[in-house]
Amino acid sequence: MNNKVNFTIDDKECTSTSDKYIVEAARENGVYIPTLCNYDGVKPAGSCRVCTVKVNKRYLTACTTPIAEGMEIEVNTTDLQDFRNAVVELLFTEGNHFCPACEKSGNCELQALAYKFQIMAPRFPFQFNERYIDASNPKIYHDHNRCILCKRCIRVVKDDKGKSVFAFENRARQIRINFDSKLGEVLTDELAEKAMEVCPVGSILVKGKGFKDPIGTRKFDHTPIDKIVIPEKQNI
Amino acid sequence: MPKKITIEPVTRVEGHGKVTIHMDDSNQVVQSRLHIVEFRGFERFIQGRPYWEAPVLVQRLCGICPVSHHLAAAKAMDEIVGAGTGDGLTPTGEKMRRLMHYGQIFQSHALHFFHLASPDMLFGIEADPNIRNIIGVALEHQDLAVQGVMMRKFGQEVIQATAGKKIHGTGAIPGGMNKSLTPEERDSFLLGKDPLNVDKMIEWSLGALDFFKSYHSQNRELVDNFANFPSSHLSLVRKDGAMDLYHGVLRAVDAEGKKILHDVDYQKYYEYIGEEVRSWSYMKFPFLKEYGKEKGWYRVGPLARMNTADFIPTPLAQKEHEIFRAYTNGKPNGMSMHMHWARLIEILHSAEMMKELLYDPDITGDQLVTKGNKQYEGVGLIEAPRGTLFHHYRINEDDQIDMANLIVSTTNNNTPMNLAVESVAKDYMNGHAVISEGMMNAVEVAIRAYDPCLSCATHALGKMPLEIKILDKSGNILDKKRSS
Ligand code: SF4
Ligand code: FES
Repeated sequence: MNNKVNFTIDDKECTSTSDKYIVEAARENGVYIPTLCNYDGVKPAGSCRVCTVKVNKRYLTACTTPIAEGMEIEVNTTDLQDFRNAVVELLFTEGNHFCPACEKSGNCELQALAYKFQIMAPRFPFQFNERYIDASNPKIYHDHNRCILCKRCIRVVKDDKGKSVFAFENRARQIRINFDSKLGEVLTDELAEKAMEVCPVGSILVKGKGFKDPIGTRKFDHTPIDKIVIPEKQNI
Repeated sequence: MPKKITIEPVTRVEGHGKVTIHMDDSNQVVQSRLHIVEFRGFERFIQGRPYWEAPVLVQRLCGICPVSHHLAAAKAMDEIVGAGTGDGLTPTGEKMRRLMHYGQIFQSHALHFFHLASPDMLFGIEADPNIRNIIGVALEHQDLAVQGVMMRKFGQEVIQATAGKKIHGTGAIPGGMNKSLTPEERDSFLLGKDPLNVDKMIEWSLGALDFFKSYHSQNRELVDNFANFPSSHLSLVRKDGAMDLYHGVLRAVDAEGKKILHDVDYQKYYEYIGEEVRSWSYMKFPFLKEYGKEKGWYRVGPLARMNTADFIPTPLAQKEHEIFRAYTNGKPNGMSMHMHWARLIEILHSAEMMKELLYDPDITGDQLVTKGNKQYEGVGLIEAPRGTLFHHYRINEDDQIDMANLIVSTTNNNTPMNLAVESVAKDYMNGHAVISEGMMNAVEVAIRAYDPCLSCATHALGKMPLEIKILDKSGNILDKKRSS
């Protein structure tokens, strides 16, 4: 049963229904909470921590926490903003992100967040981790230098029997995304396109697609990421 | 006691050059060398990248003429996607690429002439560097300074409309382009408010030529004799011998004007051109294989192109080409300072070409890309502002680049730049143990004539930070001078 719930965001009175996660409830009330691994319509994974907020003084991820009556939520406080910046900066230093030559530039959510947060340079040292490129699939070019392990591909890209095409392999620092080699072989054009679209960064690319979108027509060329999630007129 | 003079920039981190001049006991120049730190790294770190990324990645080599790298790589990738060499693109694809390229030649040459070269001409090469710079030009010759800025702006706007961005755009993709012009964009260049329209650009290009010619008539001695030496010349030309800065066959002529490379297809450039490594420079020395390492060197760039082309296919520039050729009785012109003259003729040609392309209905067409059977190797050549630029790639079965070889324009001009510096060193240093301001300026002017893509050559508003040292055999400093 979806009950009406009352809560506050940064001291503002808000209402929503109990079937929502905090991110969605906030959006309904015109408040943008940055997200990265979250993908509309799929079960949240809570893997990136970009959506961290404080609920009744405790840190929680807004994409995985259902909204509840009486919650006092903090979103845009200085320490939370700094925390989110730090998460994005860590992602930039952990992988090898070379935006100037990446075809996802302008359509990349990680880049869009960095612009939104006005990150000039990360505060952490670059790791220069050795990552590999898997170009063996005829349709997909998989660049692990750019993977942020958000699990979106695993959660979204499935064959008609509902089996995931992508999966994690290894553990801890060695963890990475891999293809199911059998499913990878029979990947349809449609699923390949879907995988590229779903990947928030330029890790999964459809081969030969290249720089098809001229500069000026890309997703974030004229609209910052928060305004895409919550268009200007509704934003508070 | 033999001495070694070193001229080096004081404060550049990358792309810096230094000059060493070796002298004997009686203060005669024995040899001079220009050392350049160059960007070979790109050829290594592009390995493993997907082929379609090359045109966008490799242009980061340069902030002055990235479009040249963007287009040379895209031409190589045309081969790889089976769109053929140069003429396989759709009319819109090819014309948009050409428009981008002429915009780029126009802005790069304008930058060089107005901002970097004109101070030397207006104030004389022996003038105080504090006046001899673009600020000096702005203060004393406001009209010229404004023209320089506006011509550069026009070229940059053309680049933006074709490539998507003024610097480091993404317009050229394997097999074509990702955009064409909208009618509004086209009209803004044709009918834009003065001075930002193509007719004004043509008028100003002619004005700049007049400026040079009057300078030349008053300084014939200097302009004709400064770093003047015979050489072979190499460039692309159109199949019928016309100047073509975007595409063509490779031609070289010797100092007498005899063809020594006969309009060959550039896909096999390595059969004709070798690259020599010398221990004292990071930059290779290319040469025509048939003539060997000693004799096979050549010049590239605006001067070379004037010498290789039979004619220029736009009327105003053609007239100027005729005057240029007549000056040396139809023989190749070896005068380094005439590079400025040649550059101005190319500015005019580019402006005329832009006008022609803007009036062409294909420029707003929507057939942008051609594809054919995939190939595993591609070579793309283009006449960059500074000369012939070579890009050569091989890819593997998985679409990854596994070999890249680039010969940039400045590398092609390596030997000529060394000779230009040597010629100047002899003129100014023979018999002198002390370095004069004039000597330092002259070396700078000689290097600048080639407009090399070293950051020092374009540094600090036309002032190269130079340091000259005279050293004895054991490395003790006998004399030392800084230019700024
Ligand atoms: S490949 Fe893309 S979608 Fe998949 S985990 Fe990595 S970043 Fe996320
Ligand atoms: S968006 Fe909530 S953890 Fe990633």
